[in-house]
Amino acid sequence: MALSLLTPMFKVERDEELCIQCKVCMRQCVNGVHWYDEEEDRMRCDHKKCVGCHRCVVLCPTGALTVKKYPLEFRENAHWTLDYIRSIYLQAETGGILLTGMGNDRPYPVYWDHMVLNASQVTNPSIDPLREPMELKTYLGRKPKAVEIKNGKLAEKLPPQLELDVPIMFSAMSFGSISLNAVKSLAQAARETGTFFNTGEGGLHRDLYEYGANTIVQVASGRFGVDPDYLKAGAGIEIKIGQGAKPGIGGHLPGEKVGPEVSATRMIPLGSDAISPAPHHDIYSIEDLRQLIFSLKEATNYEKPVGVKIAAVHNVAAIASGIARAGADFVAIDGFRGGTGAAPLRTRDNVGIPIEFALAAVDERLRREGIRNEVSIVVGGSIRNSADVVKAIALGADAVYIGTAALIALGCHLCQKCNTGKCNWGIATQDPYLVKRLNPEIGARRAANLIRAWAHEIKELLGGMGINAIESLRGNRLMLRGIGLNEKELSILGIKAAGE
Amino acid sequence: MKKVYVREEYCIGCHLCEVYCVMAHSRYPHDLLKAFKKGDPLPLPRLWVEEKGPLTFAFQCRHCEEPHCVSACITGALQKDTTTGVVTCEQERCVGCWTCVLACTYGAIRRDTKNGKMVKCDLCSNWGEPPACVYYCPNEALIFVERGE
Amino acid sequence: MEYVIVGNSAAAVGAVEGIRSVDQKGKITLISKEPYHTYSRPLISYYLAGKVTAEKMFYRPLDFYERNRVRALLGKEAVALDAVNKVLTVRELRDDSVQEIAFDKLLLATGSKPFLPPIDGLGKKKVFTFLSFDDARAISSVAVPGARAVVIGGGLIGLKAAEALTTIGVQVTVVELGSWILNTILDQHAALIVQNHLERQGIRFLLQTTCEEVLGNDEVEAVKLNNGAILNCDFVVIAVGVRPNTELVQGTLLKVNKGVVVDQRMQTNLPDIYAAGDVAEGYDLIYGKQRVLPVLPIAYKQGKTAGINMAGGEKEFPGGFPMNSIGFFGLSINTAGLIEPGGDGWEVLVKEEQRRQVYKKIILHQVRIVGFIILNEIDRSGILTGLMSERVSVGDFKESLLETPGLVNLPDGLRHARQFGGAQ
Repeated sequence: MALSLLTPMFKVERDEELCIQCKVCMRQCVNGVHWYDEEEDRMRCDHKKCVGCHRCVVLCPTGALTVKKYPLEFRENAHWTLDYIRSIYLQAETGGILLTGMGNDRPYPVYWDHMVLNASQVTNPSIDPLREPMELKTYLGRKPKAVEIKNGKLAEKLPPQLELDVPIMFSAMSFGSISLNAVKSLAQAARETGTFFNTGEGGLHRDLYEYGANTIVQVASGRFGVDPDYLKAGAGIEIKIGQGAKPGIGGHLPGEKVGPEVSATRMIPLGSDAISPAPHHDIYSIEDLRQLIFSLKEATNYEKPVGVKIAAVHNVAAIASGIARAGADFVAIDGFRGGTGAAPLRTRDNVGIPIEFALAAVDERLRREGIRNEVSIVVGGSIRNSADVVKAIALGADAVYIGTAALIALGCHLCQKCNTGKCNWGIATQDPYLVKRLNPEIGARRAANLIRAWAHEIKELLGGMGINAIESLRGNRLMLRGIGLNEKELSILGIKAAGE
Repeated sequence: MKKVYVREEYCIGCHLCEVYCVMAHSRYPHDLLKAFKKGDPLPLPRLWVEEKGPLTFAFQCRHCEEPHCVSACITGALQKDTTTGVVTCEQERCVGCWTCVLACTYGAIRRDTKNGKMVKCDLCSNWGEPPACVYYCPNEALIFVERGE
Repeated sequence: MEYVIVGNSAAAVGAVEGIRSVDQKGKITLISKEPYHTYSRPLISYYLAGKVTAEKMFYRPLDFYERNRVRALLGKEAVALDAVNKVLTVRELRDDSVQEIAFDKLLLATGSKPFLPPIDGLGKKKVFTFLSFDDARAISSVAVPGARAVVIGGGLIGLKAAEALTTIGVQVTVVELGSWILNTILDQHAALIVQNHLERQGIRFLLQTTCEEVLGNDEVEAVKLNNGAILNCDFVVIAVGVRPNTELVQGTLLKVNKGVVVDQRMQTNLPDIYAAGDVAEGYDLIYGKQRVLPVLPIAYKQGKTAGINMAGGEKEFPGGFPMNSIGFFGLSINTAGLIEPGGDGWEVLVKEEQRRQVYKKIILHQVRIVGFIILNEIDRSGILTGLMSERVSVGDFKESLLETPGLVNLPDGLRHARQFGGAQ
């Protein structure tokens, strides 16, 4: 067998003084890094197999382990970095497309970190959220231009809305790409915190119908798991056109992940590949999209908001405008850092635009066209913390989707091996031995805690700005200032520079 | 009474319950490192982690209402505590006849062949509550609850 | 309520605990011929081997009678039973004085007595039986290193005596009538493994041999075997079996078969008289009929069952089967139920590993375990006992039975029942 030129990515270091040979590391590493040498009565390891998921480090009861970047140095080269050299070795061995998981990890600028928030001083008092009411309630859906009140009541019924206690929802992640326990965790957390999780294109497992009131059911190009019961089960429907991690690309769930439960939930044969085509084969225009939107509304008696999810690409503003005009109640935009269960590496890292620009452009365009009220904007694909949420809303979003952040709350360590199905944390896997590692009771507790913690922080930030309702922040770009941005960037973001 | 129950659907087969059971019954019941580094010989874990394919679960004494082991014990070393309900073994009186091993229909008893004594779960009566296995179960697969039987 | 218990071993102790679990007030009188606090009968071989001291022989703590408010009449023998008038005649062994004790409820837990075969010269000094603490103490006084002993009977009791004696340096010869030792609990193959093991420890075996006469004047000097051979020895231990100790009830209205006949509540044919332990015939789950089941675990359970019923509670002895856990010089043996299969509908699973002296034989009848023999690899054998007593059909996991038993091999329902079990 020809020698592989790949060298290890990580080095596992074991403090022999602390190791008690309990073999927890060995049992927990599905990659087979650790093994017990009986003759020597010590644990040994194969660094090459380590993916840096830290499962062993976290589980080791004596803290004997750490994982470091493999210290091997190439001759310094600003152009040919380690990643690119490794990729070539790998492709020279396999001849295949490079696949990966999670989101774009390249060092593009993070515009959230180039925007700062305002705070009240002297002339407009700040608000203490612990003493005064603070409203985060958000409604997603089409709003009328004006409302008419007759006899103290609305003269006309409002279009259907999704009611959120916090402006944060869990992004679309399918059962198949992630484990049922992971979906259960998010569903339960959504219920506890008054928000929504999204089925992705995975269908709705029978155990999850009880969470219908907190579910957005997705209809994607493969139409997996879609039937009238499914559409009616959710509180809202989302048509998926694109995904930030792989704009223009479909999905492929390999047959080995299609076990009995995934098969039943997606309504496809056991063990068959679930291939989501790149386009919807019935949508080649905004008019076609409008047909699907209204088919779904018709199927659900016009009782549920229907949204459309797209990836943030170059002409996102015009596309969003078309989507609004096609009758969507909300448009979800996924930035180029958005995660995935599997995507071609080069697509993930090179296609799409930052969500900050996409959001600013879409909000601006819809306002200019006078249709901003007709559609809510949800953004995802890079939200890391509560400040990112606040900045997104100040830029014009109604709410945000969090995917990667939610998975990190469940235990994800961003090793980017989702596509292998060997997730040591029991999240991105269908292996019955691994899925047990995520106890949905714990997962739900952690995900709900994250939402609650962020909600507290958002209230603090709002209070600091002298704002007592999230509504008053929406599109309020005066609350933002740019740092280290050029004129063009400032103008696209529609914000002033710090000091202005 | 409160007992340790396993939820096998969340048991990850890490064996940390065993590791901490050993610690709790060692000379250093609150110091894992010393328990293992200085404990020679190490006490045996009082529970079993059973594994077959993806199925894994920890299992220990059920502290039965009418324990077969107590009925079977030839020396009277095994007793069910009338107040706590814990089935305990008075180690000095155990002669290692293993009748309890044959009698316990749960297979919950372990033979310490080095010392010629049986060992079994004592629900960490001398360690704390919840028992160490439950306290340290990283996935909350082991729970310590009252379950009205 | 006046409860009277005759006996002071596992069944009697079980009865005291059974009565007190229902009735805290009634008076309990316990009568025992032996002048000792309740002690563990199986420990006498450990005592003889010097592994357990006299102080550690007790079966329950020294405050057992006091804590359970039991009037213990030790060193007194129940000599007559008037079942009609419910009166027991008790003789003080020290001075032969006699008293009468009335009872409302009586438990007979008189256990077994050694069976003495028709051998001439058994009356000589240094001929012992091996069933009581006194037996062990008596043997102990003559069992000095270098002494020569003949043990007549290669069953459980005889071999435990032989092991103990060997441990303290006595040269032992075991004389056994049958073709192999331990023939009530082992098949010939297992017995041979055990015999080889014991021979390596210095015990000599004479199989298919009986003893015709004990020779000597006043004291034992030798035994004469049926093949004419003379074995010189310093003492003899008779251990050819036990019989239910039914003397007290002979000639009364009580129905006696081999043992005292009882129902599942351990009640005899008379409403206020109960019997438990080796003296009674309990329900054998495997044979499906009443039998004497002379093993300690069953004695205790029967005693407890009787006690509960005597005190007005409701409890049935669910039945049992003989099971024995025994070891000789580190070789562990677990057996239960039947050891030889019958014809149709029977199946035998066998595994052997000679190097480690591992032998495992499981006998199935109509896909249910009805017995097993395990040498050495006895961990978790109780799981098999449970499958046996619950009459579980093992067809679906038969192939796993020869592995170390684990709940992991059981079907989901059975496994979950055990994970969440413990009520019984």
